[in-house]
Amino acid sequence: MPVFPLGNDRLGWTRRTPAERLVRWVGWLIGVAVFVWCWNRISGVTTWFFVWDAPRIAQDILARATPPRWSYMDHLWVPIWDTLNIATLGTLIALCLAVPVAFLAARNTTPSRVFVRPVALLVIVSTRSINSLIWALLLIAIIGPGVFAGIIAIAIRSIGFCAKLLYEAIEEIDQSQVEAITATGAGPLQVTTYGIVPQILPAFAGIAVFRWDINIRESTVLGLVGAGGIGLQLSSSLNTLAWPQVSLILIVILLAVVISEWVSAKIRGAIV
Amino acid sequence: MRKSDALSDRLDRPWRKPPLIKSPWLRRALAIGVTAYLAAAIFSIEVNWLRVYEGLDRGAEFIMSFARLDFISRAGDIWSGMLESIVMTVAASVVGIAISIPIGLGAASNIAPLPIYLICRGVIAVSRALQEIIVAILLVAIFGFGPLAGFLTLSFATIGFLSKLLAENIESIDKAQTEAIRATGSKWMQWINYGVQPQVIPRLVGLGMYRIDINFRESAVLGLVGAGGIGATLNTAFDRYEFDTAAAILVVIIGIVMALEYLSGLVRARVQ
Repeated sequence: MPVFPLGNDRLGWTRRTPAERLVRWVGWLIGVAVFVWCWNRISGVTTWFFVWDAPRIAQDILARATPPRWSYMDHLWVPIWDTLNIATLGTLIALCLAVPVAFLAARNTTPSRVFVRPVALLVIVSTRSINSLIWALLLIAIIGPGVFAGIIAIAIRSIGFCAKLLYEAIEEIDQSQVEAITATGAGPLQVTTYGIVPQILPAFAGIAVFRWDINIRESTVLGLVGAGGIGLQLSSSLNTLAWPQVSLILIVILLAVVISEWVSAKIRGAIV
Repeated sequence: MRKSDALSDRLDRPWRKPPLIKSPWLRRALAIGVTAYLAAAIFSIEVNWLRVYEGLDRGAEFIMSFARLDFISRAGDIWSGMLESIVMTVAASVVGIAISIPIGLGAASNIAPLPIYLICRGVIAVSRALQEIIVAILLVAIFGFGPLAGFLTLSFATIGFLSKLLAENIESIDKAQTEAIRATGSKWMQWINYGVQPQVIPRLVGLGMYRIDINFRESAVLGLVGAGGIGATLNTAFDRYEFDTAAAILVVIIGIVMALEYLSGLVRARVQ
């Protein structure tokens, strides 16, 4: 915080020294240059005629999409049920797989910090960095399209997310409880069951519900690549330009997302 | 005498773990409900086990392809797709963060007047309820194919995510500091700059880095619906069963996400 003389015995104050200001200025310059370069690349491959035409197209689509075709709802109940199943079963499978991975990845429970922990961390980062749609694409190429591919895609994508949050919770446990259980002469399994599990159970339940909520969102679009659920209907309606059906499906998806978020917030509120 | 009754009940019996849910009625109802749902869900999934069995070979082939990654034969597509993904990520993160700061300020109940608060919260709710892929589909329909649609999608998604968390952070700031700045006779802008901003900057930087990470991961799938980025190349590679190329792309994505995570760790450690 530099102070400098202003003349006639007064002192001025600035937040940063001149050197700090220079560094910041250069940083901003580089940042702005990178952004402008990126923007130029985007705008270089954009057909600007379409962009100027966009308001008209948007109005056109809106006019075609309203009113939603409510009678199409009869075809949507089964896809909604499928979507719910993809999210729920996917989350359950993911949790079963994430628990061992989390125990292997946590510093205080891993059997080997040199060999096992890096492998577990690699599993976490690789399943987490790849979007469930890409997992679905891959699984459709391998096991064929359908709800099953969607469930497995959601499950794989969720392993990393759940395991990461869970292993952080395991690393934060109170070690004195574990020591107390060990002092009673308990074996490793009993120590885990009575010393560690009760401490991470609230976190675990929170993670499960939180991920379920995200999975409902993600499973609504899995159908776009053929992995079952309401996205299939969305994709076929889009392909046939049936905009009234599209708007109805979007309303249903929006409702599903809002309801699942509300349910998950309620459950998490009850747990904590 | 009741006390000793309870005591004699427990004597000579091993300790049993108390049940998680106290009311036995609720416990049984939940167990029956969950079992019924799972049975119905699993029963309603049609799995073509023959197809899955046939696919196992292809799955093994995919896993083996990680041992012989093929960056060469589609090097041009991979390079241009990756560059487009990165360009979209950078541009969308900059614009999204720039827009979400005023909206975040407006959505903080301790700063904004009620009408502005409601408008900003409305924007956040809309942005959070619509998922990236669906927004991308609509924007591609309106603006045409290309990275502009992806850029707009990611910017829009960034606003919902960042403004909400920023607003929550602003709502929990220390009042004493802002009052001290106000007591010096500061104008509104000065009050924000010196009273509020220093308190939220560390969190904002951390969240911004996290959002860049998410934007990159999302940009990898936007190509599936024609909104630019590496997704289109990846989709083609899966469709043509070119698992070597697909695996190479996935490895690049995982590598960049890991690098971003490492970088954000460094930045956050410096800022805090």
